[in-house]
Amino acid sequence: MSPDNGSAPWDLFGYFADHRADVLDLLWAHTWLSVLPVVIGLLVAFPIGWLARRYRWAYPPVVSVSGLLYTIPSLALFVVMPTLLGTQILDPVNVVVALTIYTVALLVRVVADGLAAVPEDAVQAATAMGFTRLQRLRTVELPLAIPVIAAGLRVAMVANVSLVAIAATIGIPQLGQLFITGFQLSVTGPYYPPIVLGIALSVALALLLDRLIVLGARLLTPWQRVSAAR
Amino acid sequence: MIRFDAVSKAYPDGTVAVDELSLTAPSGQITVLVGPSGCGKTTSLRMVNRMVEPTSGTITIDDRDVTSVSATDLRRGIGYVIQHAGLFPHRTVVDNVATVPMLTGTGRRQARHRAIELMELVGLPASFADRYPAQLSGGQQQRVGVARALASDPPVMLMDEPFSAVDPVVRDQLQQEFLRLQGELGKTILFVTHDIDEAIRLGDRVAVLAVGGRLAQVATPADLLATPADPFVAGFVGRDRGYRALGFISAEVAVATEPTVTLGSPVARAHDVAVDDWVLVVDDGELPQGWLHLRAHPDGGPGPAPGDTVTPGLLNLGGTLSPIGGTLREALDAALSSPSGRGVVVDESGRLVGSVRAGTVLEHLHAATADPSGQVRP
Repeated sequence: MSPDNGSAPWDLFGYFADHRADVLDLLWAHTWLSVLPVVIGLLVAFPIGWLARRYRWAYPPVVSVSGLLYTIPSLALFVVMPTLLGTQILDPVNVVVALTIYTVALLVRVVADGLAAVPEDAVQAATAMGFTRLQRLRTVELPLAIPVIAAGLRVAMVANVSLVAIAATIGIPQLGQLFITGFQLSVTGPYYPPIVLGIALSVALALLLDRLIVLGARLLTPWQRVSAAR
Repeated sequence: MIRFDAVSKAYPDGTVAVDELSLTAPSGQITVLVGPSGCGKTTSLRMVNRMVEPTSGTITIDDRDVTSVSATDLRRGIGYVIQHAGLFPHRTVVDNVATVPMLTGTGRRQARHRAIELMELVGLPASFADRYPAQLSGGQQQRVGVARALASDPPVMLMDEPFSAVDPVVRDQLQQEFLRLQGELGKTILFVTHDIDEAIRLGDRVAVLAVGGRLAQVATPADLLATPADPFVAGFVGRDRGYRALGFISAEVAVATEPTVTLGSPVARAHDVAVDDWVLVVDDGELPQGWLHLRAHPDGGPGPAPGDTVTPGLLNLGGTLSPIGGTLREALDAALSSPSGRGVVVDESGRLVGSVRAGTVLEHLHAATADPSGQVRP
């Protein structure tokens, strides 16, 4: 990738046409690096959030400790990951684990609050009708917590799409790479296409993933639509 | 039969919710636990299905200790209805009703089929099956709650203030249908309420609990009104209890013939039949419509001219209707609320039978009180 084509500093489409395969690779890498931590993060956060809800005394410490994780600077986390995990510095696992930590930080509270938002009457009724604790969690509490959890997932998802870009500074290829390329190419004179393209694709990706979560939540909660339509 | 044997519930902070409660709820009957808030009535109820574990004492259902089976198995065999129904907002009405059968392994199709039958039993159209609870009124939700509790045909039902959260008109309707349903099903029911009127209306037996979980009295509603065991019960049962006790005495009061005119006939016809200034107006089907005053308009001003027609606008609608063979309370209420002083008595289909005066009811009451076998005690 070099400014050999002499195209204008705003020729976004020209740049994309010339580097199509590379850019699409970066987009794909960005996508899975954003999505995978949200999926793993939700699986990790769910039992922690459930515990924080189940044992009321655990809620304040669990929520504040998990919230604190979010204050760790992401660059620092990316850098220390290889040491903590014993991985190579260029291993994408570093990014996945770091972003999973941020997702957990966001979602523990969301899961606990989502479970707390389940109507107490429904929980009582389920218990009184002889649901086991697991049946109740799976068939009553979890479905009813979906709207709150989905709202939290949207925040985590969009935050991850933007955080992934920082991993470019440690050399993990994804859309953030385009910013570094743009920066390097602008040393001799302004050259914006890679930067603008990177921003545009990040925003588009964030919007798409956000819509997918909204759509998924809608499909899983048909009862919400009828109450709204009433 | 549900039996409480010296059951207590004390909390770690020393609060005693239920104190040495011994009580039997006979099979096939409605036993009502009534009392002010803090009397431990809900706690007592929830100890039966082990939502709350007693500190001491035992509870048996048909002589089987409730702790002899797992809590979940126990609960699946007991119908439970709570205030606000506690329906699952994310499940359709039919799936809500089918909850327990599905839990115990009944096939989906069969459970739903049964659920539709139960919906009809509690007065819900089958067309509601695929609605969500949020699309129903409070009263309809409560019917679903009752249908859901009945779904596995449990012999025992626990009901915790099931009709408290709906408006008085709907509550009255639900209570009436509940009694009809119980007449058909004959469940063993433990029913909790804070409303003494509801307790008296629904209970075969009423247990009055005082604050601190002390059982103050267990009696039939009539005995509770006639002979409260202590000042607490007397105070809780409240004023008007002499009058309310009349609700437990069937009236075989002589019904007098009441002259009537039909809607649409000339006022002159009313003058012909009148015994005083008031004439009862009925429709073509003999259903009472209201009272016509011959010399005054209901909105004030002079009465109708003899040439006028009897129209609904001329009628005074005061007065309750008393069913034939109803209670002395209904008969007396009809007489006292009637503008003419004559209470209107109707048959099962609402057609006019005749009228009864307050004096006649009181004479009957006097005779009943004097009779040693009568239910009324001075």
